[in-house]
Amino acid sequence: MLLTVDNLACRRGDLHVLTGLSLGLAAGRVLVLRGPNGSGKTTLLRTLAGLTPPVGGTITADPEAITYSGHADGLKAQLSVAENLEFWASVFGTLGIDAALAAFDLLGLRDRQAQNLSAGQKRRLGLARLLVSGRKIWLLDEPTVSLDAQNVQVFAGVIKSHLMTGGGAIIATHIDLGLADTDVLDISPFRAKSTDHNNPFLDEALA
Amino acid sequence: MIALLRRDMALTFRMGGGFGLSLAFFLIVVMFVPFGIGAESSTLSIIAPGVLWIGALLACLLSLDRIFQLDFEDGSLDLLATSPLPLEGVVAMKALAHWLTTGLPLTLAAPFFGFLLHLPQGAYLWTFLSLLAGTPALSFLGAFGAAITVGLKRGGLLLSLLVLPLYIPTLIFGAQTVTMIAKGQNNTTAFLILAAISLFTLAIVPFSAAMALRINLR
Amino acid sequence: MSLWEYANPTRFMRLTDRVLPYVTVLTVICLLTGLTWGFFFTPDDYKQGSTVKIIFIHVPSAMMAINIWVMMLVASLVWLVRRHHVSALAARAAAPIGVTMTLIALFTGAIWGEPMWGTYWAWDPRLTAFMILFVFYLGYIALWSAIEDQDTAADLTSVLCMVGSVFALLSRYAVNFWNQGLHQGASLSMDAEQHVDNTYYLPLLVSIAGFVLLFLTLVLLRTRAEIRSRRISALIAQERLR
Repeated sequence: MLLTVDNLACRRGDLHVLTGLSLGLAAGRVLVLRGPNGSGKTTLLRTLAGLTPPVGGTITADPEAITYSGHADGLKAQLSVAENLEFWASVFGTLGIDAALAAFDLLGLRDRQAQNLSAGQKRRLGLARLLVSGRKIWLLDEPTVSLDAQNVQVFAGVIKSHLMTGGGAIIATHIDLGLADTDVLDISPFRAKSTDHNNPFLDEALA
Repeated sequence: MIALLRRDMALTFRMGGGFGLSLAFFLIVVMFVPFGIGAESSTLSIIAPGVLWIGALLACLLSLDRIFQLDFEDGSLDLLATSPLPLEGVVAMKALAHWLTTGLPLTLAAPFFGFLLHLPQGAYLWTFLSLLAGTPALSFLGAFGAAITVGLKRGGLLLSLLVLPLYIPTLIFGAQTVTMIAKGQNNTTAFLILAAISLFTLAIVPFSAAMALRINLR
Repeated sequence: MSLWEYANPTRFMRLTDRVLPYVTVLTVICLLTGLTWGFFFTPDDYKQGSTVKIIFIHVPSAMMAINIWVMMLVASLVWLVRRHHVSALAARAAAPIGVTMTLIALFTGAIWGEPMWGTYWAWDPRLTAFMILFVFYLGYIALWSAIEDQDTAADLTSVLCMVGSVFALLSRYAVNFWNQGLHQGASLSMDAEQHVDNTYYLPLLVSIAGFVLLFLTLVLLRTRAEIRSRRISALIAQERLR
């Protein structure tokens, strides 16, 4: 197992969002998170990534194996495509960005400044960062936003080869990526109810 | 980490306004002093050390919110926090990049602006040295304030209110280092305490600012 | 049963509900006794005349101004380490009282300073230090009110309070270095030779006790208000979740 979650409860700000959630991610598997807007997919991914501390439960994973990609791509408008990616390659201590550029069909845009990219090109560059991170567990929050159908296929291909090399991914998405064998987890049943709160300010004796 | 330093410096230079803006602001502050209090060289030379220090300090304040705000907005900070780099190191590198692009140019410019204010002979070197020793503390304390206010939509004014009181010891010992020399006194104590405050700030800010960033990112 | 259990909001509310009336009565008694005794039943100073009697407000408020900051620092550390909500809220509740005490100390000092030193304000190290304390309080209060999420606000203000305390202390020594002062030495001291005359000493102690109790009353009241306000926002959040 790359990542095991047991009886997790997470919160966003003062709000408990999810409770009693357990899941597992094995090498070579994709777990797709489903649920309506505001059901806590982003919160769950940020908690798994270690950005938000969980309220309860345990997450078992090597934190050095996780990389997270959120709604924002973390691109710098004033840097070129290559410079943006080279920065992340050196942060993660990996070498060579050409394979990542090629995988997302960005080689021709190498020296273009990120501010002159289209939304879809920016997204592809943001996703190319996953490849240079060299990490096994990908936590992806709506990765296909602003990608066209053809590039969704390209992205699905990248995921497939990532799985082939023993990686895994947890993806919050609404669209069908066309991956053959995916696990799907609907998180709406784990939504925290008002009675789940351990908030000391909700004690009736305070009234 | 060096990559982060290089990236931040490249961004400041390419973004425009970052690096030249503080110097221009510094010049304007220095220029306004004679407008405000008169151009008698005897008056100016008495207040010159303090004006240079306050001018540099205010110019430093201008670009503080850039240290983390842009990275917070475009998601880079999330990615850096989940990267192999320790967040403390990220803070230190970003504060260092701020110093190299703001504090250091201000330090280099200050002796020249000293001419405009008839800074007394012999105080030029100490103006330079005191700013060289003191401006790192300004950048690092600024990074702490920027880390605290990074999640706020309009944090700029609050950032100044939080950071300026923290600048008081640095300003006092920095300006005293120069003033005492201008008066012909021995300034060794003031300068050594200034350097000590600077080193102390460099030591504690990465940890406290990283703590604040973690709170703001969750 | 440990002391920490009172950090639970419910227990805190129950306890303070019982204690608060007594504390309030004690506050009124101490303040009335101390100030009446000080103002009307002590002789005028042979040098300073009746102006000396401002000491019965000036000294206690100045002491409280500093001690309230220290209390906020301790409460902040307790919050960061043990995550007791009441602790964070008590720090938040104390800050406006602290800033008021600082202002009272500055104003009474100015009123006292005019007949004594011939000026309402001087950049004396002690006076300057209080001015600096005042701006530290302002920053702390401003940060609390700027952040919406209450736990985040508690965390960030606590970190600020920690770092701020170090630099407030540094500033205190910095202004000593920067300017030698006019201000007399400490009014109270273990060393009998040092402190003020005995005729003032006792009423001053009673006044100080009154100010400490006044702070206690106010901080309990304000913490109770903060707890209620947190309850309201928790209820609203719960409502939204439904």
